Amino acid sequence: MSGVAAPPLVRVAGVSKSYRRGGQVVPVLADITLDIPGGAFLGLMGPSGSGKSTLLNLIAGIDKPDAGSIAVAGVDITRLPEAELADWRAANVGFIFQFYNLMPVLSALENVELPLTLARMDRRERRERAQATLELVGLGDRMEHFPSELSGGQQQRVAIARAIVTDPRILVADEPTGDLDRHSAEEILALMDRLNVDLGKTIVMVTHDRRAAERAHSIMHLEKGELFAHEELPR
Amino acid sequence: MPFLVLVLRNALRHKLRTALTVVGIVVAILSFGLLQTIVAAWYAGADKAAPDRLVTRNAISLTFPLPLAYRDKVRAVAGVKAVSYANWFGGIYQKPANFFPQFAIEPESYLAMYPEYRVPEEELRAFVRDRKGALVGRKLADTYGFRVGDTVPLRGTIYPGTWEFTVRGIYDGEDAKTDTSQFFFHWDYLNETVKKRSRGRADQVGVLIVQLEDADRAAAVSEAIDAQFASSLAETLTETERAFQIGFVKQTEAIVVAIRVVSYVVIVIILAVMANTMAMTARERLSEYATLKALGFPPVFVAGLVLGESLAIAVAGGAIGIALTFPAADAFAARVGTLFPVFQVAQGTVGLQLAAAALVGLVAAALPMRRAARVNIVEGLRAIG
Ligand SMILES: Nc1ncnc2c1ncn2[C@@H]1O[C@H](COP(=O)(O)OP(=O)(O)OP(=O)(O)O)[C@@H](O)[C@H]1O
Ligand SMILES: [Mg+2]
Repeated sequence: MSGVAAPPLVRVAGVSKSYRRGGQVVPVLADITLDIPGGAFLGLMGPSGSGKSTLLNLIAGIDKPDAGSIAVAGVDITRLPEAELADWRAANVGFIFQFYNLMPVLSALENVELPLTLARMDRRERRERAQATLELVGLGDRMEHFPSELSGGQQQRVAIARAIVTDPRILVADEPTGDLDRHSAEEILALMDRLNVDLGKTIVMVTHDRRAAERAHSIMHLEKGELFAHEELPR
Repeated sequence: MPFLVLVLRNALRHKLRTALTVVGIVVAILSFGLLQTIVAAWYAGADKAAPDRLVTRNAISLTFPLPLAYRDKVRAVAGVKAVSYANWFGGIYQKPANFFPQFAIEPESYLAMYPEYRVPEEELRAFVRDRKGALVGRKLADTYGFRVGDTVPLRGTIYPGTWEFTVRGIYDGEDAKTDTSQFFFHWDYLNETVKKRSRGRADQVGVLIVQLEDADRAAAVSEAIDAQFASSLAETLTETERAFQIGFVKQTEAIVVAIRVVSYVVIVIILAVMANTMAMTARERLSEYATLKALGFPPVFVAGLVLGESLAIAVAGGAIGIALTFPAADAFAARVGTLFPVFQVAQGTVGLQLAAAALVGLVAAALPMRRAARVNIVEGLRAIG
């Protein structure tokens, strides 16, 4: 990879972030610089409170740094105003959350259709794409089910379908297997691996779990808000 | 699809909570409608007043009479087409709660002035012929089961003794707004009886009713009439029938104002309840709103979800409340009988009810909408788990 001249998909440069708590300033991220090439599957590890989620949120454009810049495909998202940033997220980012965050009143199919309503697309096309995506994640037979009628692993697969249905540049996953048993976790990780290898999706995944992180191609370690080690994993 | 689907399914998510809120709104809108209808009923007489009729009364107060002799002097005033007169009788039928207005009238001239009272030709003749006859309104007849030929005893309060009348006719109104709760009988009969008992109180009328040649000259003719009797023993006050009716209602205005205030208080209370429900709902769903915003939905979409849900609940409750107002008003009218001559849910009242329901939905959503739209994505997502 090191020989490729193309610029990285995500370029995090000198990013700092701190929170104020009761008059006290708590530094969370200190001068982080990091490149993520297109097509990468990056694991972010580190102890609780080290700033993993904060860094992921910054890359996903749902939080803003105090200093530094974050460029995704050449666009500095830290400079985008709120409304443009929302449009940017809709077009470029797929979210996978620890607790799935599906809309409980929508069926699996409707949940997957939801982000497509922000794209200019007619009903039929929307429906067809959502159906195809649910089939891709192995839930072709669960489309009319509501989240409460699905297992954790199935809900996470619906969430993954929702994340990829808009064909975003980058998938961000914050502990996607944190709430799942071993078996379901393996299924989800295998699915993410397929998305990366077969569909070429760039993935950034935060995890506590070493075995989960080993599904990634490289791992970054964060400690007390600083990047600490970077390991390339053998494929 | 997703917006309306989300709004409607969210509204039905907590079935019990939504049902209780809807019931509250139904009760509030229904009460509001009934109270407004009562207020309107109070003023119904004024609504139906004819612009070409004046009422002349004693300037001191309604309870002081005028000499009958004034009739001819008033008839001589330019612009006056006809004059009639009436006395308020104030009798009690069986018990004081059975209230209905009774007037002693001069039948021919009086009824000629009120074409809105429709009496069958034959009954009218029978009434005019019988000195002790009575003419009663349809609503009054229905309330107490009066039929032509029945004898109706009234216990006098202003004019002591028990008076017996024979119903000779029943009049209908030209439309639903006409007062058909009245009881008319012969002024002559009243006057003769009074004359026998106390000569001093004879030949006096409560009010003169003046028909104008031209309704536009009401003010000038009123002035001319009152000028006639200025600085005489009984000075007069002449006003349009409408002004007279409103003046009559004014005596009880404090009650009307109280009812009106209560009707709005009911709306304010349900607004507070609804606002609390929506605040609770929005608070519970903050992580969903944060998720939607993360996915790229704009704040107005999220605010719209809250507003839509609030309006859906309020308008549903309002619609049911309005639908129930009509049968409730009918039941109420049947219960109070002739206390309100006209008791009808006005179109304006329905409009007010609808506006009140929409306002409740709108105002209740205001703060929760703001909160939902402004939810910080990271904090909202953190609220899960
Ligand atoms: N809104 C906030 N206000 C104050 N401090 C915050 C806030 N959000 C995060 N922090 C602090 O920032 C630090 C990093 O938080 P972050 O959620 O990024 O950690 P993490 O590495 O994801 O931890 P975990 O593995 O437990 O999820 C923590 O010390 C946390 O307490
Ligand atoms: Mg975290």
